Amino acid sequence: MNDISTWDIVRNLLDGALWTIGLSLTAFVLGGIAGLALLFARIAKNPIPRRLAQGYIEVFQGTPLLMQLFMIFFGSSLLGLEISPWIAAALGLTLFTSAYLGEIWRGCVESVPKGQWEASASLALTHFEQMRHVILPQALRIAIAPTVGFSVQVVKGTAVTSIIGFVELTKTGSMLANATFQPFMVFGCVALGYFALCYPLSAYSRYLERNIHGSRAH
Amino acid sequence: MALVRINGLHKHFGSNHVLKGIDLDIEEGQVIALIGRSGSGKSTLLRTINGLETFEQGEIEVDGEHLHPRDTDLRALRQKVGMIFQQFNLFPHLSVGRNVMLATQVVKKIGEKEAEDIARTMLLKVGLLEKFDAYPDQLSGGQQQRVAIARALAMQPRVLLCDEITSALDPELVNEVLAVVKTLAAEGMTLIMVTHEMRFAREVGDKLVFMHHGRIHESGDPQQLFANPQTPELANFIGSIN
Repeated sequence: MNDISTWDIVRNLLDGALWTIGLSLTAFVLGGIAGLALLFARIAKNPIPRRLAQGYIEVFQGTPLLMQLFMIFFGSSLLGLEISPWIAAALGLTLFTSAYLGEIWRGCVESVPKGQWEASASLALTHFEQMRHVILPQALRIAIAPTVGFSVQVVKGTAVTSIIGFVELTKTGSMLANATFQPFMVFGCVALGYFALCYPLSAYSRYLERNIHGSRAH
Repeated sequence: MALVRINGLHKHFGSNHVLKGIDLDIEEGQVIALIGRSGSGKSTLLRTINGLETFEQGEIEVDGEHLHPRDTDLRALRQKVGMIFQQFNLFPHLSVGRNVMLATQVVKKIGEKEAEDIARTMLLKVGLLEKFDAYPDQLSGGQQQRVAIARALAMQPRVLLCDEITSALDPELVNEVLAVVKTLAAEGMTLIMVTHEMRFAREVGDKLVFMHHGRIHESGDPQQLFANPQTPELANFIGSIN
């Protein structure tokens, strides 16, 4: 049993960490795109897309991420679709991320004063042009800090995908713990790995939050 | 033929009947001062003219563009109607020049160079050409409001709506804005102003419209109405502000 060296453990954990990073980036980018679509649906004038988006957001914010992954992973095989843990994990986290980002961004758009909508409307801009040239540039500044802050939640959320068998940092850790009988040491390293990923993000988010009011956008 | 025609306009906010049948014709080049107590419907009336408020009944026509209840395509109308707000509402992320250029480029599809020329002309008109590259938060309230006027003028509107445009200003900044408005009036711009500046209304206004409980209670020549109000409500109102 002692043929697994500390270096082997670290090397395998680094491998797992790469999958964690890959999954986080995938979920964040795809979730961001879907979140943008949700944002537009949430602030549409037509009540139908607005309600649909609201329902979607409530479902994904109101259930645990683990249950969402179970539904996707086991539900798809029930429908006769064989999907890999990677696809299930990426899909699940993307949907989860989109629901939160959509809602965070809606809050940012709504915090732009009503006068900005009225002034741009009275200059004959269309709804889309108002968003593009007046509202989103201002909302974006407000959104940067909470968006980066939420990315920490995505990174930590990837740990849950180990339960459906996706081999990322946590899953690698539990396999190593079983093989070495040194769970404290292994999971200590796993925790350090997450901290190394998340701390720079949350520190950056704090930095942005502090500076966003101090400096102008230009 | 009137430039702006308002016929039988009715509007509710929930169960509150705020406009109870407004009829008003405005000729080209006229300066209309809309006065009345808060809640009399004057700001609401102004905001219906460019579609910022909807209405349930009646019709508005501006220079041949018709606006009916629940119209949603307001682009043509809004190109003919400029608006200036109490809170200026400049776009804080854009420079003064870009504020003035934005709609000419986006809505009228005018090229960068020509849009810049228009912006410079309009800023010169309001006496702020040297602020072209400044940002709104570097300007005083009076300067911001003058930029807002230049921004509206750049679209070459037929009518300019002014919604209490000096109410948010410190007293010493009011005159620089009113001076710009006076110049516009002298150049023949059609202006509809909701205002509390009674002296200005009397001096520059061609027609005074007194609103009371959602109706036009009295209207006519400002000098005459101020000197000789025909209804006790207007007399009361004039008395309460002097």
